[in-house]
Amino acid sequence: MDVSALDEASLAGSAVNIGEIMQAIAEHKGCGTSGGSGKASCGSQASQGELPTEIWEKVKNHPCYSEEAHHHYARMHVAVAPACNIQCNYCNRKYDCANESRPGVVSEKLTPEQAAKKVLAVASTIPQMTVLGIAGPGDPLANPKKTFMTFELVARAAPDIKLCLSTNGLMLPDHVDTIARFKIDHVTITINMVDPAIGAKIYPWIFYNHKRYTGLEAAKILNDRQLQGLEMLTERGILCKINSVMIPGINDQHLIEVNKAVKSRGAFLHNIMPLISAPEHGTVFGLNGQRGPTAQELKALQDVCKGEMNMMRHCRQCRADAVGLLGEDRSAEFTTEKVMAMDVKYDLEMRKAYQAKVEEERVAKVAAEQEELAGLASEMSGIKLLVAVATKASGLINEHFGHAKEFQVYELSTTGAKLVGHRRVDHYCRGGYGEEESLATIIRAINDCHAVFVAKIGGCPKSNLLKAGIEPVDQYAHEFIEKSAIAWFKSYLERVQSGEIQYVDRGEAAIRQSALISAA
Amino acid sequence: MPFKIIASQCTSCSACEQECPNVAISEKGGTFVIDPKKCTECIGHFEEPQCVAVCPVDNTCVIDTSLPRY
Repeated sequence: MDVSALDEASLAGSAVNIGEIMQAIAEHKGCGTSGGSGKASCGSQASQGELPTEIWEKVKNHPCYSEEAHHHYARMHVAVAPACNIQCNYCNRKYDCANESRPGVVSEKLTPEQAAKKVLAVASTIPQMTVLGIAGPGDPLANPKKTFMTFELVARAAPDIKLCLSTNGLMLPDHVDTIARFKIDHVTITINMVDPAIGAKIYPWIFYNHKRYTGLEAAKILNDRQLQGLEMLTERGILCKINSVMIPGINDQHLIEVNKAVKSRGAFLHNIMPLISAPEHGTVFGLNGQRGPTAQELKALQDVCKGEMNMMRHCRQCRADAVGLLGEDRSAEFTTEKVMAMDVKYDLEMRKAYQAKVEEERVAKVAAEQEELAGLASEMSGIKLLVAVATKASGLINEHFGHAKEFQVYELSTTGAKLVGHRRVDHYCRGGYGEEESLATIIRAINDCHAVFVAKIGGCPKSNLLKAGIEPVDQYAHEFIEKSAIAWFKSYLERVQSGEIQYVDRGEAAIRQSALISAA
Repeated sequence: MPFKIIASQCTSCSACEQECPNVAISEKGGTFVIDPKKCTECIGHFEEPQCVAVCPVDNTCVIDTSLPRY
Protein backbone atom coordinates (compact mmCIF):
# COMPACT_ATOMS: atom_id res chain seq x y z
CA MET A 1 0.00 0.00 0.00
CA ASP A 2 1.08 3.54 -0.66
CA VAL A 3 2.46 5.11 2.51
CA SER A 4 1.69 8.62 1.32
CA ALA A 5 -2.03 7.81 1.14
CA LEU A 6 -1.98 7.06 4.84
CA ASP A 7 0.07 10.12 5.62
CA GLU A 8 -2.64 12.18 3.99
CA ALA A 9 -5.23 10.46 6.12
CA SER A 10 -3.19 11.15 9.21
CA LEU A 11 -2.68 14.78 8.26
CA ALA A 12 -6.38 15.34 8.83
CA GLY A 13 -5.27 15.62 12.45
CA SER A 14 -7.71 15.23 15.29
CA ALA A 15 -10.69 14.90 12.96
CA VAL A 16 -9.48 11.75 11.27
CA ASN A 17 -10.91 11.27 7.82
CA ILE A 18 -12.70 7.93 8.00
CA GLY A 19 -13.43 7.92 4.27
CA GLU A 20 -9.75 7.98 3.44
CA ILE A 21 -9.02 5.39 6.03
CA MET A 22 -11.65 3.08 4.61
CA GLN A 23 -10.14 3.59 1.19
CA ALA A 24 -6.79 2.65 2.69
CA ILE A 25 -8.38 -0.49 4.11
CA ALA A 26 -9.84 -1.32 0.72
CA GLU A 27 -6.51 -0.75 -0.98
CA HIS A 28 -4.79 -2.96 1.54
CA LYS A 29 -7.24 -5.74 0.76
CA GLY A 30 -6.52 -5.27 -2.90
CA CYS A 31 -10.09 -4.32 -3.82
CA GLY A 32 -11.82 -1.06 -4.48
CA THR A 33 -14.98 -1.59 -2.50
CA SER A 34 -15.49 -0.74 1.12
CA GLY A 35 -17.23 -3.55 2.96
CA GLY A 36 -19.06 -3.22 6.24
CA SER A 37 -22.65 -3.39 5.08
CA GLY A 38 -25.13 -4.80 7.57
CA LYS A 39 -24.05 -3.01 10.74
CA ALA A 40 -24.67 -4.86 13.92
CA SER A 41 -26.41 -3.41 16.93
CA CYS A 42 -24.73 -5.58 19.53
CA GLY A 43 -21.44 -4.68 21.17
CA SER A 44 -17.96 -6.00 20.42
CA GLN A 45 -18.44 -8.59 23.12
CA ALA A 46 -20.16 -10.77 20.54
CA SER A 47 -17.10 -12.89 19.85
CA GLN A 48 -15.72 -12.92 23.37
CA GLY A 49 -17.41 -16.25 24.04
CA GLU A 50 -16.57 -17.71 27.42
CA LEU A 51 -13.35 -15.75 27.91
CA PRO A 52 -13.03 -13.54 31.00
CA THR A 53 -12.85 -9.87 30.04
CA GLU A 54 -9.24 -9.32 31.15
CA ILE A 55 -8.06 -12.21 28.94
CA TRP A 56 -10.29 -11.12 26.03
CA GLU A 57 -8.65 -7.71 26.20
CA LYS A 58 -5.25 -9.34 25.80
CA VAL A 59 -6.15 -11.62 22.91
CA LYS A 60 -8.84 -9.83 20.94
CA ASN A 61 -6.45 -8.22 18.49
CA HIS A 62 -3.63 -10.75 18.68
CA PRO A 63 -3.79 -12.79 15.46
CA CYS A 64 -1.94 -15.78 16.92
CA TYR A 65 -3.93 -16.01 20.15
CA SER A 66 -7.38 -15.48 18.64
CA GLU A 67 -8.55 -17.33 15.56
CA GLU A 68 -11.18 -14.71 15.01
CA ALA A 69 -8.64 -11.87 15.25
CA HIS A 70 -6.36 -13.43 12.65
CA HIS A 71 -8.78 -12.57 9.87
CA HIS A 72 -8.37 -8.88 10.70
CA TYR A 73 -5.10 -8.15 12.49
CA ALA A 74 -1.53 -8.57 11.38
CA ARG A 75 1.71 -9.37 13.18
CA MET A 76 5.36 -8.97 12.48
CA HIS A 77 8.50 -10.71 13.59
CA VAL A 78 11.91 -9.07 13.72
CA ALA A 79 14.93 -11.29 13.27
CA VAL A 80 17.19 -9.88 15.99
CA ALA A 81 17.94 -13.20 17.72
CA PRO A 82 20.14 -15.38 15.52
CA ALA A 83 21.83 -17.54 18.18
CA CYS A 84 20.27 -20.72 19.50
CA ASN A 85 21.15 -22.88 22.50
CA ILE A 86 19.59 -26.19 21.53
CA GLN A 87 19.62 -28.42 18.47
CA CYS A 88 16.35 -29.85 17.14
CA ASN A 89 16.17 -32.63 14.60
CA TYR A 90 13.56 -30.75 12.58
CA CYS A 91 15.64 -27.59 12.24
CA ASN A 92 18.57 -26.81 10.00
CA ARG A 93 20.04 -23.35 10.39
CA LYS A 94 22.38 -23.72 7.45
CA TYR A 95 19.56 -23.62 4.90
CA ASP A 96 18.96 -20.06 3.80
CA CYS A 97 17.13 -20.12 0.47
CA ALA A 98 15.28 -16.83 0.02
CA ASN A 99 12.20 -18.71 -1.16
CA GLU A 100 12.01 -20.88 1.92
CA SER A 101 9.25 -20.25 4.41
CA ARG A 102 9.39 -22.02 7.72
CA PRO A 103 10.52 -21.21 11.26
CA GLY A 104 14.24 -20.75 11.77
CA VAL A 105 14.75 -19.20 8.37
CA VAL A 106 15.21 -15.49 7.64
CA SER A 107 16.55 -13.38 4.82
CA GLU A 108 18.55 -10.94 6.92
CA LYS A 109 19.47 -10.31 10.55
CA LEU A 110 18.62 -6.99 12.17
CA THR A 111 20.18 -4.94 14.95
CA PRO A 112 17.73 -3.74 17.64
CA GLU A 113 17.88 -0.22 16.14
CA GLN A 114 17.10 -1.49 12.63
CA ALA A 115 14.31 -3.62 14.06
CA ALA A 116 12.70 -0.68 15.85
CA LYS A 117 12.75 1.39 12.67
CA LYS A 118 11.22 -1.52 10.76
CA VAL A 119 8.43 -1.86 13.34
CA LEU A 120 7.53 1.81 12.94
CA ALA A 121 7.63 1.55 9.16
CA VAL A 122 5.31 -1.46 9.16
CA ALA A 123 3.00 0.04 11.81
CA SER A 124 2.57 3.13 9.64
CA THR A 125 1.97 1.17 6.45
CA ILE A 126 -0.18 -1.63 7.90
CA PRO A 127 -2.27 0.03 10.65
CA GLN A 128 -3.87 -3.27 11.64
CA MET A 129 -0.42 -4.62 12.59
CA THR A 130 -0.92 -4.91 16.34
CA VAL A 131 1.70 -7.38 17.48
CA LEU A 132 5.48 -7.50 17.44
CA GLY A 133 6.98 -10.90 18.11
CA ILE A 134 10.57 -11.97 18.47
CA ALA A 135 10.87 -15.58 17.46
CA GLY A 136 14.41 -16.03 16.32
CA PRO A 137 15.64 -17.14 13.87
CA GLY A 138 17.45 -18.69 16.85
CA ASP A 139 16.03 -18.37 20.35
CA PRO A 140 15.17 -14.90 21.71
CA LEU A 141 16.35 -15.81 25.20
CA ALA A 142 19.67 -17.09 23.88
CA ASN A 143 20.11 -13.46 22.69
CA PRO A 144 18.67 -11.64 25.71
CA LYS A 145 20.47 -8.33 25.20
CA LYS A 146 19.35 -7.91 21.58
CA THR A 147 15.83 -9.15 22.35
CA PHE A 148 15.12 -6.88 25.32
CA MET A 149 16.86 -3.90 23.73
CA THR A 150 14.49 -4.26 20.76
CA PHE A 151 11.45 -4.46 23.04
CA GLU A 152 12.62 -1.39 24.92
CA LEU A 153 13.06 0.68 21.76
CA VAL A 154 9.68 -0.40 20.36
CA ALA A 155 7.81 0.13 23.62
CA ARG A 156 9.13 3.68 23.75
CA ALA A 157 8.34 4.56 20.12
CA ALA A 158 5.08 2.64 19.61
CA PRO A 159 3.47 1.99 22.99
CA ASP A 160 0.24 0.57 21.49
CA ILE A 161 1.97 -2.43 19.95
CA LYS A 162 1.69 -5.68 21.87
CA LEU A 163 4.98 -7.44 22.53
CA CYS A 164 5.42 -11.17 22.49
CA LEU A 165 8.16 -13.71 22.19
CA SER A 166 8.54 -17.34 21.31
CA THR A 167 11.17 -19.49 23.01
CA ASN A 168 12.37 -23.05 23.43
CA GLY A 169 12.20 -22.40 27.18
CA LEU A 170 15.72 -23.40 28.16
CA MET A 171 16.63 -19.96 29.53
CA LEU A 172 13.06 -18.92 30.34
CA PRO A 173 13.17 -19.15 34.18
CA ASP A 174 16.11 -16.70 34.24
CA HIS A 175 14.18 -14.05 32.29
CA VAL A 176 10.62 -14.24 33.59
CA ASP A 177 10.98 -11.12 35.73
CA THR A 178 12.40 -9.15 32.81
CA ILE A 179 9.55 -10.38 30.60
CA ALA A 180 7.03 -9.19 33.18
CA ARG A 181 8.81 -5.85 33.56
CA PHE A 182 8.67 -5.22 29.81
CA LYS A 183 4.93 -5.99 29.86
CA ILE A 184 5.36 -8.82 27.39
CA ASP A 185 2.04 -10.48 28.09
CA HIS A 186 2.19 -13.24 25.48
CA VAL A 187 4.90 -15.91 25.55
CA THR A 188 5.04 -19.00 23.37
CA ILE A 189 7.06 -22.01 24.51
CA THR A 190 7.79 -24.89 22.17
CA ILE A 191 7.27 -28.07 24.19
CA ASN A 192 7.45 -31.31 22.21
CA MET A 193 7.66 -33.76 25.10
CA VAL A 194 7.42 -34.23 28.85
CA ASP A 195 9.34 -37.52 28.75
CA PRO A 196 13.15 -37.32 28.33
CA ALA A 197 13.20 -40.68 26.51
CA ILE A 198 11.08 -39.09 23.78
CA GLY A 199 13.00 -35.82 24.02
CA ALA A 200 16.25 -37.62 23.28
CA LYS A 201 14.83 -38.57 19.88
CA ILE A 202 14.03 -34.93 19.08
CA TYR A 203 16.92 -32.99 20.62
CA PRO A 204 20.47 -34.24 20.00
CA TRP A 205 21.94 -31.65 22.39
CA ILE A 206 21.47 -28.51 24.43
CA PHE A 207 24.00 -25.87 25.51
CA TYR A 208 23.42 -24.95 29.13
CA ASN A 209 25.66 -23.42 31.82
CA HIS A 210 28.66 -23.40 29.48
CA LYS A 211 28.35 -27.09 28.71
CA ARG A 212 26.91 -29.21 25.92
CA TYR A 213 24.55 -31.89 27.23
CA THR A 214 23.29 -34.78 25.10
CA GLY A 215 20.78 -37.62 25.30
CA LEU A 216 18.43 -38.13 28.25
CA GLU A 217 20.28 -35.62 30.39
CA ALA A 218 19.78 -32.86 27.80
CA ALA A 219 16.09 -33.64 27.35
CA LYS A 220 15.51 -33.74 31.11
CA ILE A 221 17.15 -30.36 31.73
CA LEU A 222 15.24 -28.82 28.82
CA ASN A 223 11.89 -30.17 29.95
CA ASP A 224 12.41 -29.18 33.60
CA ARG A 225 13.29 -25.65 32.53
CA GLN A 226 10.34 -25.40 30.11
CA LEU A 227 7.77 -26.48 32.68
CA GLN A 228 9.33 -24.32 35.40
CA GLY A 229 9.26 -21.32 33.07
CA LEU A 230 5.64 -21.98 32.14
CA GLU A 231 4.63 -22.10 35.81
CA MET A 232 6.49 -18.89 36.58
CA LEU A 233 4.81 -17.08 33.68
CA THR A 234 1.28 -18.19 34.45
CA GLU A 235 1.78 -17.26 38.13
CA ARG A 236 2.43 -13.73 36.90
CA GLY A 237 -0.67 -13.71 34.70
CA ILE A 238 1.29 -13.80 31.44
CA LEU A 239 -0.60 -15.65 28.72
CA CYS A 240 1.23 -18.72 27.47
CA LYS A 241 0.80 -20.54 24.21
CA ILE A 242 2.44 -23.93 23.82
CA ASN A 243 3.70 -24.94 20.39
CA SER A 244 4.22 -28.65 19.78
CA VAL A 245 5.55 -30.22 16.61
CA MET A 246 3.68 -33.43 15.80
CA ILE A 247 6.21 -36.07 14.73
CA PRO A 248 4.45 -39.33 13.77
CA GLY A 249 5.92 -42.37 15.52
CA ILE A 250 7.92 -40.21 17.95
CA ASN A 251 5.65 -37.90 19.92
CA ASP A 252 2.23 -38.04 18.22
CA GLN A 253 0.38 -39.96 20.93
CA HIS A 254 2.61 -38.46 23.62
CA LEU A 255 1.34 -34.97 22.80
CA ILE A 256 -1.86 -35.84 24.66
CA GLU A 257 0.33 -36.11 27.80
CA VAL A 258 2.03 -32.84 26.90
CA ASN A 259 -1.39 -31.24 26.51
CA LYS A 260 -2.40 -32.36 30.02
CA ALA A 261 0.92 -31.26 31.52
CA VAL A 262 0.75 -27.74 30.07
CA LYS A 263 -2.94 -27.32 30.82
CA SER A 264 -2.37 -28.19 34.46
CA ARG A 265 0.33 -25.50 34.60
CA GLY A 266 -2.00 -22.84 33.29
CA ALA A 267 -1.18 -22.62 29.58
CA PHE A 268 -3.84 -20.68 27.67
CA LEU A 269 -3.57 -22.16 24.20
CA HIS A 270 -2.05 -25.27 22.61
CA ASN A 271 -0.82 -25.18 19.04
CA ILE A 272 -0.08 -28.63 17.63
CA MET A 273 1.70 -28.16 14.31
CA PRO A 274 2.63 -30.72 11.67
CA LEU A 275 6.31 -31.60 11.26
CA ILE A 276 7.66 -30.04 8.06
CA SER A 277 10.14 -32.55 6.75
CA ALA A 278 11.75 -32.98 3.36
CA PRO A 279 15.25 -34.09 2.35
CA GLU A 280 16.01 -30.74 0.71
CA HIS A 281 15.72 -29.01 4.10
CA GLY A 282 18.84 -30.87 5.24
CA THR A 283 17.37 -31.54 8.68
CA VAL A 284 18.01 -34.81 10.52
CA PHE A 285 14.34 -35.75 10.12
CA GLY A 286 14.28 -34.66 6.49
CA LEU A 287 17.32 -36.77 5.69
CA ASN A 288 16.30 -39.88 7.62
CA GLY A 289 12.90 -40.02 5.96
CA GLN A 290 10.83 -39.09 9.01
CA ARG A 291 7.40 -38.18 7.62
CA GLY A 292 5.05 -35.46 8.75
CA PRO A 293 1.42 -36.19 9.70
CA THR A 294 -1.47 -36.20 7.24
CA ALA A 295 -4.18 -33.58 7.63
CA GLN A 296 -6.46 -36.22 9.17
CA GLU A 297 -3.89 -37.37 11.71
CA LEU A 298 -3.25 -33.78 12.75
CA LYS A 299 -6.93 -32.94 13.08
CA ALA A 300 -7.68 -36.14 15.00
CA LEU A 301 -4.97 -35.31 17.56
CA GLN A 302 -6.12 -31.69 17.84
CA ASP A 303 -9.68 -32.93 18.34
CA VAL A 304 -8.60 -35.26 21.17
CA CYS A 305 -6.84 -32.35 22.91
CA LYS A 306 -9.57 -29.76 22.37
CA GLY A 307 -11.60 -31.15 25.26
CA GLU A 308 -8.74 -30.16 27.54
CA MET A 309 -7.96 -26.62 26.42
CA ASN A 310 -8.13 -24.10 23.56
CA MET A 311 -6.43 -25.36 20.43
CA MET A 312 -4.84 -23.11 17.84
CA ARG A 313 -5.69 -24.28 14.34
CA HIS A 314 -4.72 -21.28 12.29
CA CYS A 315 -0.94 -21.27 12.77
CA ARG A 316 0.99 -20.81 9.52
CA GLN A 317 4.38 -21.84 10.96
CA CYS A 318 5.78 -18.55 9.75
CA ARG A 319 9.29 -17.28 9.39
CA ALA A 320 11.14 -15.32 12.08
CA ASP A 321 10.90 -12.23 9.84
CA ALA A 322 7.29 -12.55 8.64
CA VAL A 323 5.18 -9.40 8.18
CA GLY A 324 1.43 -9.11 7.61
CA LEU A 325 -1.68 -11.17 8.16
CA LEU A 326 -0.93 -14.76 9.07
CA GLY A 327 -1.83 -16.06 5.63
CA GLU A 328 0.31 -13.53 3.79
CA ASP A 329 3.93 -12.46 3.96
CA ARG A 330 4.81 -8.89 3.10
CA SER A 331 8.39 -9.02 4.41
CA ALA A 332 9.75 -8.32 0.93
CA GLU A 333 8.25 -4.80 1.15
CA PHE A 334 10.25 -4.12 4.31
CA THR A 335 13.83 -5.11 3.66
CA THR A 336 16.39 -3.16 5.70
CA GLU A 337 17.37 -1.19 2.62
CA LYS A 338 13.76 -0.14 1.94
CA VAL A 339 12.98 0.56 5.60
CA MET A 340 16.01 2.77 6.08
CA ALA A 341 14.97 4.81 3.04
CA MET A 342 11.42 5.31 4.38
CA ASP A 343 10.31 8.54 5.97
CA VAL A 344 8.22 7.14 8.79
CA LYS A 345 5.63 9.14 10.71
CA TYR A 346 4.10 7.17 13.53
CA ASP A 347 0.49 8.24 13.94
CA LEU A 348 -1.25 6.63 16.89
CA GLU A 349 -4.60 8.35 16.23
CA MET A 350 -4.72 7.10 12.68
CA ARG A 351 -3.97 3.56 13.86
CA LYS A 352 -6.70 3.76 16.48
CA ALA A 353 -9.26 5.06 13.98
CA TYR A 354 -8.37 2.35 11.51
CA GLN A 355 -8.64 -0.34 14.15
CA ALA A 356 -12.04 1.01 15.25
CA LYS A 357 -13.28 0.41 11.69
CA VAL A 358 -11.86 -3.11 11.80
CA GLU A 359 -13.80 -3.71 15.02
CA GLU A 360 -17.02 -2.60 13.30
CA GLU A 361 -16.40 -5.12 10.53
CA ARG A 362 -15.80 -7.83 13.09
CA VAL A 363 -19.05 -7.12 14.89
CA ALA A 364 -20.94 -7.21 11.59
CA LYS A 365 -19.35 -10.55 10.73
CA VAL A 366 -20.23 -12.15 14.06
CA ALA A 367 -23.79 -10.80 13.91
CA ALA A 368 -24.28 -12.22 10.41
CA GLU A 369 -23.05 -15.60 11.58
CA GLN A 370 -25.38 -15.59 14.61
CA GLU A 371 -28.34 -14.72 12.43
CA GLU A 372 -27.64 -17.53 9.99
CA LEU A 373 -26.96 -19.93 12.84
CA ALA A 374 -30.37 -19.26 14.35
CA GLY A 375 -31.97 -20.83 11.27
CA LEU A 376 -29.83 -23.94 11.69
CA ALA A 377 -31.03 -24.70 15.20
CA SER A 378 -34.09 -26.61 13.95
CA GLU A 379 -32.01 -28.89 11.71
CA MET A 380 -31.51 -32.43 13.00
CA SER A 381 -28.56 -34.12 11.37
CA GLY A 382 -25.43 -35.96 12.45
CA ILE A 383 -23.61 -34.89 9.30
CA LYS A 384 -20.25 -33.19 9.90
CA LEU A 385 -18.14 -32.18 6.93
CA LEU A 386 -15.24 -29.98 5.87
CA VAL A 387 -15.23 -27.15 3.36
CA ALA A 388 -12.30 -25.15 2.00
CA VAL A 389 -12.42 -21.35 1.71
CA ALA A 390 -10.37 -18.99 -0.46
CA THR A 391 -9.93 -15.77 1.52
CA LYS A 392 -7.54 -12.83 1.47
CA ALA A 393 -8.60 -11.25 4.76
CA SER A 394 -11.40 -9.80 6.88
CA GLY A 395 -13.26 -13.10 7.17
CA LEU A 396 -14.65 -12.75 3.65
CA ILE A 397 -14.76 -15.18 0.73
CA ASN A 398 -12.74 -12.78 -1.37
CA GLU A 399 -10.04 -14.73 -3.20
CA HIS A 400 -10.14 -16.28 -6.66
CA PHE A 401 -9.58 -20.02 -6.79
CA GLY A 402 -6.59 -19.67 -9.08
CA HIS A 403 -4.92 -16.98 -6.97
CA ALA A 404 -5.28 -18.70 -3.61
CA LYS A 405 -2.00 -19.46 -1.88
CA GLU A 406 -3.85 -21.29 0.84
CA PHE A 407 -7.34 -22.50 1.73
CA GLN A 408 -8.88 -22.20 5.17
CA VAL A 409 -10.72 -25.33 6.26
CA TYR A 410 -13.98 -25.09 8.20
CA GLU A 411 -15.87 -27.94 9.83
CA LEU A 412 -19.63 -27.64 9.38
CA SER A 413 -22.24 -29.31 11.54
CA THR A 414 -25.59 -28.32 13.00
CA THR A 415 -23.62 -26.51 15.74
CA GLY A 416 -22.16 -24.11 13.17
CA ALA A 417 -18.94 -23.42 11.27
CA LYS A 418 -15.55 -23.80 12.99
CA LEU A 419 -12.12 -23.13 11.54
CA VAL A 420 -10.16 -26.37 11.92
CA GLY A 421 -7.12 -25.72 9.79
CA HIS A 422 -5.69 -24.42 6.56
CA ARG A 423 -3.85 -25.89 3.60
CA ARG A 424 -1.00 -24.22 1.80
CA VAL A 425 -0.95 -24.72 -1.95
CA ASP A 426 1.76 -22.28 -3.07
CA HIS A 427 4.39 -24.87 -3.72
CA TYR A 428 7.92 -23.80 -4.37
CA CYS A 429 8.72 -23.45 -8.06
CA ARG A 430 5.06 -23.96 -8.83
CA GLY A 431 5.68 -21.87 -11.94
CA GLY A 432 7.72 -24.76 -13.24
CA TYR A 433 4.67 -26.97 -13.37
CA GLY A 434 1.73 -26.68 -15.71
CA GLU A 435 -1.77 -25.61 -14.73
CA GLU A 436 -2.82 -29.24 -14.40
CA GLU A 437 -0.07 -30.01 -11.93
CA SER A 438 -0.98 -27.11 -9.67
CA LEU A 439 -4.67 -28.07 -9.83
CA ALA A 440 -3.73 -31.62 -8.82
CA THR A 441 -1.74 -30.15 -5.89
CA ILE A 442 -4.77 -28.17 -4.76
CA ILE A 443 -7.09 -31.15 -5.03
CA ARG A 444 -4.68 -33.26 -2.97
CA ALA A 445 -4.52 -30.51 -0.34
CA ILE A 446 -8.31 -30.16 0.03
CA ASN A 447 -9.28 -33.71 -0.88
CA ASP A 448 -11.04 -34.17 2.47
CA CYS A 449 -13.42 -31.26 1.77
CA HIS A 450 -16.93 -31.51 0.33
CA ALA A 451 -16.90 -28.03 -1.17
CA VAL A 452 -14.59 -25.12 -1.89
CA PHE A 453 -15.84 -21.53 -1.48
CA VAL A 454 -14.30 -18.98 -3.82
CA ALA A 455 -14.90 -15.45 -5.07
CA LYS A 456 -14.47 -16.65 -8.64
CA ILE A 457 -13.41 -19.78 -10.50
CA GLY A 458 -12.80 -20.71 -14.12
CA GLY A 459 -14.76 -23.34 -16.02
CA CYS A 460 -11.89 -25.80 -16.35
CA PRO A 461 -10.91 -26.10 -12.68
CA LYS A 462 -14.62 -26.13 -11.85
CA SER A 463 -15.28 -29.30 -13.84
CA ASN A 464 -12.10 -30.95 -12.51
CA LEU A 465 -13.14 -30.21 -8.93
CA LEU A 466 -16.59 -31.67 -9.58
CA LYS A 467 -14.95 -34.77 -11.03
CA ALA A 468 -12.91 -35.07 -7.83
CA GLY A 469 -16.14 -34.83 -5.81
CA ILE A 470 -15.50 -31.30 -4.47
CA GLU A 471 -18.31 -28.82 -5.10
CA PRO A 472 -17.06 -25.41 -6.24
CA VAL A 473 -19.20 -22.69 -4.63
CA ASP A 474 -18.95 -19.14 -5.98
CA GLN A 475 -22.41 -17.82 -5.12
CA TYR A 476 -21.21 -16.28 -1.84
CA ALA A 477 -18.45 -14.15 -3.37
CA HIS A 478 -17.32 -11.30 -1.06
CA GLU A 479 -19.66 -12.42 1.74
CA PHE A 480 -18.72 -13.44 5.29
CA ILE A 481 -17.23 -16.93 5.55
CA GLU A 482 -19.14 -18.37 8.51
CA LYS A 483 -22.51 -16.97 7.47
CA SER A 484 -22.09 -18.28 3.91
CA ALA A 485 -20.83 -21.67 5.01
CA ILE A 486 -23.81 -22.14 7.32
CA ALA A 487 -26.24 -21.04 4.58
CA TRP A 488 -24.65 -23.51 2.13
CA PHE A 489 -24.73 -26.25 4.78
CA LYS A 490 -28.45 -25.72 5.27
CA SER A 491 -29.09 -26.16 1.56
CA TYR A 492 -26.74 -29.17 1.55
CA LEU A 493 -28.79 -30.83 4.30
CA GLU A 494 -31.97 -30.06 2.38
CA ARG A 495 -30.54 -31.62 -0.75
CA VAL A 496 -29.53 -34.73 1.21
CA GLN A 497 -33.00 -34.97 2.78
CA SER A 498 -34.76 -34.62 -0.55
CA GLY A 499 -32.57 -37.37 -1.97
CA GLU A 500 -31.10 -35.04 -4.59
CA ILE A 501 -27.59 -35.85 -3.37
CA GLN A 502 -26.06 -38.47 -1.10
CA TYR A 503 -23.65 -37.76 1.74
CA VAL A 504 -20.36 -39.62 1.23
CA ASP A 505 -17.17 -39.62 3.27
CA ARG A 506 -14.20 -37.79 1.76
CA GLY A 507 -10.67 -39.19 1.67
CA GLU A 508 -7.34 -38.12 3.17
CA ALA A 509 -5.63 -34.82 2.41
CA ALA A 510 -1.94 -34.02 2.21
CA ILE A 511 -0.07 -31.37 4.23
CA ARG A 512 2.57 -29.64 2.15
CA GLN A 513 6.12 -30.72 2.83
CA SER A 514 8.25 -29.13 0.17
CA ALA A 515 9.67 -25.64 0.44
CA LEU A 516 7.35 -22.73 -0.14
CA ILE A 517 7.42 -19.40 -1.82
CA SER A 518 7.14 -16.88 0.97
CA ALA A 519 6.63 -13.65 -0.90
CA ALA A 520 3.40 -12.78 -2.64
CA MET B 1 46.82 -24.08 18.56
CA PRO B 2 43.85 -21.80 18.75
CA PHE B 3 40.48 -22.53 17.23
CA LYS B 4 39.36 -21.29 13.85
CA ILE B 5 35.98 -21.16 12.15
CA ILE B 6 35.49 -22.77 8.75
CA ALA B 7 33.82 -19.89 6.94
CA SER B 8 31.99 -22.00 4.35
CA GLN B 9 30.17 -23.83 7.17
CA CYS B 10 29.41 -20.83 9.40
CA THR B 11 25.70 -19.90 9.49
CA SER B 12 26.58 -16.54 11.01
CA CYS B 13 24.24 -17.23 13.93
CA SER B 14 26.55 -15.39 16.37
CA ALA B 15 26.06 -17.95 19.15
CA CYS B 16 29.82 -18.36 19.60
CA GLU B 17 30.49 -14.62 19.82
CA GLN B 18 28.67 -14.13 23.11
CA GLU B 19 30.00 -17.35 24.68
CA CYS B 20 33.70 -16.69 24.07
CA PRO B 21 35.33 -15.81 27.42
CA ASN B 22 38.17 -14.01 25.64
CA VAL B 23 36.07 -11.83 23.33
CA ALA B 24 38.11 -13.36 20.54
CA ILE B 25 35.22 -13.81 18.11
CA SER B 26 33.78 -11.15 15.82
CA GLU B 27 31.84 -10.87 12.58
CA LYS B 28 33.88 -10.31 9.46
CA GLY B 29 32.65 -10.47 5.89
CA GLY B 30 29.34 -12.10 6.73
CA THR B 31 30.67 -14.91 8.92
CA PHE B 32 32.44 -15.08 12.26
CA VAL B 33 36.18 -15.31 12.83
CA ILE B 34 38.37 -16.12 15.83
CA ASP B 35 41.33 -13.90 16.66
CA PRO B 36 44.10 -16.48 17.17
CA LYS B 37 46.00 -14.07 19.43
CA LYS B 38 43.10 -13.98 21.89
CA CYS B 39 41.91 -17.62 21.76
CA THR B 40 42.92 -19.71 24.77
CA GLU B 41 40.91 -22.81 23.77
CA CYS B 42 38.89 -21.90 26.90
CA ILE B 43 41.63 -23.46 29.05
CA GLY B 44 41.25 -22.11 32.58
CA HIS B 45 37.72 -20.87 31.85
CA PHE B 46 35.57 -23.87 31.00
CA GLU B 47 35.71 -27.63 30.63
CA GLU B 48 35.14 -27.47 26.90
CA PRO B 49 35.75 -24.88 24.21
CA GLN B 50 32.58 -22.79 24.20
CA CYS B 51 32.49 -22.07 20.46
CA VAL B 52 32.63 -25.79 19.70
CA ALA B 53 29.97 -26.62 22.28
CA VAL B 54 27.44 -24.03 21.10
CA CYS B 55 28.01 -24.17 17.32
CA PRO B 56 24.97 -25.61 15.47
CA VAL B 57 27.08 -27.04 12.64
CA ASP B 58 29.43 -29.90 13.54
CA ASN B 59 33.14 -29.56 12.70
CA THR B 60 32.91 -25.83 12.05
CA CYS B 61 34.94 -24.57 15.03
CA VAL B 62 38.14 -26.60 14.76
CA ILE B 63 41.74 -26.47 16.01
CA ASP B 64 43.97 -24.47 13.68
CA THR B 65 46.93 -26.83 13.40
CA SER B 66 48.93 -24.31 11.44
CA LEU B 67 49.43 -22.20 14.54
CA PRO B 68 51.36 -23.01 17.73
CA ARG B 69 49.56 -24.44 20.77
CA TYR B 70 48.23 -21.88 23.29
